[in-house]
Amino acid sequence: MTLQQGAAAEIIRLTAVDLATKIKSRELSAVEATRTHLDRIADVDGEIHAFLYVDGERALASAGRVDAKIAAGEMVGPLAGVPLALKDILTYTGAPTTCGSKILEGWLPPYDATVTRRLLDHDIVILGKTNLDEFAMGSSTENSAFGPTRNPWDSDRIPGGSGGGSAAAVAAFEAPLAIGTDTGGSIRQPAAVTGTVGVKPTYGGSSRYGLVALASSLDQPGPCARTVLDAALLHQVIAGHDPCDSTSIDQPVPDVVGAARSADVAGMKVGVVSELGGEGYAPGVEQRFNEAVELLASLGAEIIEVSCPHFVYALPAYYLILPAECSSNLAKFDGMRFGLRVGDDGVASAEQVMAATREAGFGAEVKRRIIIGTYALSSGYYDAYYGQAQKVRTLISRDFDKAFADVDVLVSPSTPITAFKIGEKVDDPLAMYMNDLCTIPSNLAGNASASFPVGLAPEDGLPVGLQVMAPPLADDRLYRVGAALEAALESAWGGSLLDRLPDLGAVR
Amino acid sequence: MTVLPYEEALAVYDPVLGLEVHVELNTTSKMFCGCSTAFGAEPNTQVCAVCLGLPGSLPVVNAKAVESAIRIGLALNCTIAEWCRFSRKNYFYPDMPKNYQISQYDEPIAYDGWTDVVLDGESYRIGIERAHMEEDTGKSLHVGGATGRIHGADYSLLDYNRSGVPLIEIVTKPIEGTGAKAPEVARAYVAMLRDLLRALGVSDVRMEQGSLRCDANVSLRPIGTSTLGTRTETKNVNSLRSVERALRYEITRQAAVLAGGGRVIQETRHWHEDSGITTAGRSKETAEDYRYFPEPDLVPIAPSREWVEQLRATLPEPPAAKLQRVSAEWGFSELEMRDVVSAGAVNAIEATVAAGASPQSARKWWLTEVARRANEAGVDLEDVGISPQQVAEVQALVENRTINDKLARQVFEGVIAGEGSPAEVVAARRLAIVSDEGALAAAVNEAINANPDIVDKIKSGKVQAAGALIGSVMKQMRGQADAARVRELILEKIG
Repeated sequence: MTLQQGAAAEIIRLTAVDLATKIKSRELSAVEATRTHLDRIADVDGEIHAFLYVDGERALASAGRVDAKIAAGEMVGPLAGVPLALKDILTYTGAPTTCGSKILEGWLPPYDATVTRRLLDHDIVILGKTNLDEFAMGSSTENSAFGPTRNPWDSDRIPGGSGGGSAAAVAAFEAPLAIGTDTGGSIRQPAAVTGTVGVKPTYGGSSRYGLVALASSLDQPGPCARTVLDAALLHQVIAGHDPCDSTSIDQPVPDVVGAARSADVAGMKVGVVSELGGEGYAPGVEQRFNEAVELLASLGAEIIEVSCPHFVYALPAYYLILPAECSSNLAKFDGMRFGLRVGDDGVASAEQVMAATREAGFGAEVKRRIIIGTYALSSGYYDAYYGQAQKVRTLISRDFDKAFADVDVLVSPSTPITAFKIGEKVDDPLAMYMNDLCTIPSNLAGNASASFPVGLAPEDGLPVGLQVMAPPLADDRLYRVGAALEAALESAWGGSLLDRLPDLGAVR
Repeated sequence: MTVLPYEEALAVYDPVLGLEVHVELNTTSKMFCGCSTAFGAEPNTQVCAVCLGLPGSLPVVNAKAVESAIRIGLALNCTIAEWCRFSRKNYFYPDMPKNYQISQYDEPIAYDGWTDVVLDGESYRIGIERAHMEEDTGKSLHVGGATGRIHGADYSLLDYNRSGVPLIEIVTKPIEGTGAKAPEVARAYVAMLRDLLRALGVSDVRMEQGSLRCDANVSLRPIGTSTLGTRTETKNVNSLRSVERALRYEITRQAAVLAGGGRVIQETRHWHEDSGITTAGRSKETAEDYRYFPEPDLVPIAPSREWVEQLRATLPEPPAAKLQRVSAEWGFSELEMRDVVSAGAVNAIEATVAAGASPQSARKWWLTEVARRANEAGVDLEDVGISPQQVAEVQALVENRTINDKLARQVFEGVIAGEGSPAEVVAARRLAIVSDEGALAAAVNEAINANPDIVDKIKSGKVQAAGALIGSVMKQMRGQADAARVRELILEKIG
């Protein structure tokens, strides 16, 4: 390894906080940081396939502007010059937004998502757009029209989904930060299976404007990172009220950065959800989860067993509400105004062109959910399906309310199992849906939730995540728990979990 | 198409009406985004990510539109919901960018109201089922093909300028017991609504521009029965006259179907202004399922009672009460008042009277000179191009004898042609009556000398023959003389 290669290997392993500090002190230029990450992408993304679009030139240009600002002594954001990977479901003017679907072929959004705008306004450098399951429907990225992303821990395995690209990019040191979106676990489940940190803010905590909607009442953008503090800093940048999103909360952002720095769980009441464990959970997942809970107890947290009896109905309710909203949200993809158009031979009617375009442009999982949702909303079935699911949703919220009356946070494994093999579950949608068993309740209730790495399962050596759930607008509690665990675990391990990531080919 | 003569139809059947009126609000920006709502701009110039339904865009409710909706609801004596939501109405159509329309479904902002409509001195109470908010669609222009509809067209052009313009849909309860007057009651209701909305200042209410659109539902049942018959919904009814004509036609058509032992099909029908008939459109028996569900991109609307009461205080006088008041103030006969109402001239006359004209003179000008031009141009009285203040000014010029009634018509013509104020038109066109007694006397002398036979008739006592001499003098003076003064001079000379 040459000196230069050694420097590059060091740069890509830096946390976002350390990168920002070096860039601000001009020890390292933003351009150099960006170029090093672009090189890393060039080296490993052929194997990982985290990115659908690498925006190298623009990334270097914006890094150059950050360096100029710093040189001129101008005020810059706390993550100025830090490279980031953006999930390809948020618009970024000038870069294609595909949502992992053929149906958006050729569409260049003419506007920036609010999240994108905030990243740019805070001098963060956007490297490109990351892979995902088509329109965020999936738990493995295998539903991407552009091929799956591979898990950096084992390239035969899935990186989770839908935000597998964002999580894999962070785990594979292609970017220190990424943005994900979480509808039923799409930030947390990939974080769990890649050994990274992923946070779903309180619903309404970060803006959905420019996030191509899957299920409007569930979708929420959030941070992906390798450390809890990095995630908190990114959370701070993207969160906050947006007048362009009516469901965005007009309240101050909880002090997530302060919470991540405090890392103090002494006296905190931590509820273990009894329904999220047992049958169907891998022994290694349960073992690492239980050890982490014990660790929290040793750090002064009070552990309480909590029952949330309606959580068992969360998955079926979710798979009615999500398809219902998605069937309507995805109606606009009809070939009339943007993206793919099929069958326009001058003879076919508009209706026929719409049908042919949707037939050709959507993948099987998207069609499956559109059909389910259309059915669930049909007159005569509405009350039995959509209406009933909304009632379950209310009951789940009440379970949370009751639990949070007694405890500060709830914890569970983030996923029942570790990363499975690519292709293993593609023919079994129900088995695929089970991956989101633990994460879905927080989406239905709209509260804050996160996944933190707690080790590798002994049986397969793959990462395990612990989920923390906090009441709405108490996102800071997630970070207190996450940072406490991180500090204790890293001191026990003598480094971070990702230090144990297998080598992904030679680093330049 | 067979129809039964109207009187025969009404001898057997009792019509029940239902009217759905769509009102485009005159807010400066659209229902869910900041784009302009101005009418008539170049296609697709008043659009953004939101009203084009681009991926990722989200709606934000226009507070002014909610305010207008509440004021309309209050003016129609509705209950204003303490809490209501928007819903999505899902169906695929190219002029609807999201392929769903944001509307209100089972939670309208205003519901359960009423309003009174006066027709021929009789008052009819119309129940209001609901008034709800929704967004307008874009406009399709189907090119080629015979019908101008999407079916059979060569291609279609889409203009999304109208997409997202705020609409209020006002739906009546079934209107029963109007008998043979049903079509006229319907027309009077829409006219009343138009006046009310204009008085509220919430809409341009221009039927010809589509800012007030009416769908007319009607069903028939045998007289003396109470079960509602099968209804049809007639669309494309774009003027007050069409409301009346379309319903009258539809009643005679349905009566013929029923009288022939047939069954009325529940369907949408299209009104054809030129041929005066309706034709079948989409059958509602195989109606689309709109899969309504609460719009998850918007939060519920919960207007505070304080706000509602503040808005109630801004309401104008109810139209029926206003008619009663002005009719008494102006001293018009029932017949005169009926003409004024059916011409839609109440507000114009009120403003003209306020500007100083007598009620009778105001009525005369609006119902003759202005109404004639409005009919010719196919526009409302307000849109002819002369203001109530200008009409009052013309009348003042007549009263101070600057011009006469005949010259006044030229003044109307000039003002409407944009030549300036009435006084400016009089000056520019040199219309003022000649008050030069010398010139007048000379013209009178000439007329007397040229018509000795008429002079003889007058001398023999046939004073009415003076009219011919007056005409001759007026002709010489190019109309610019005071006819009364001419008459005086003639009689003086001969007398």
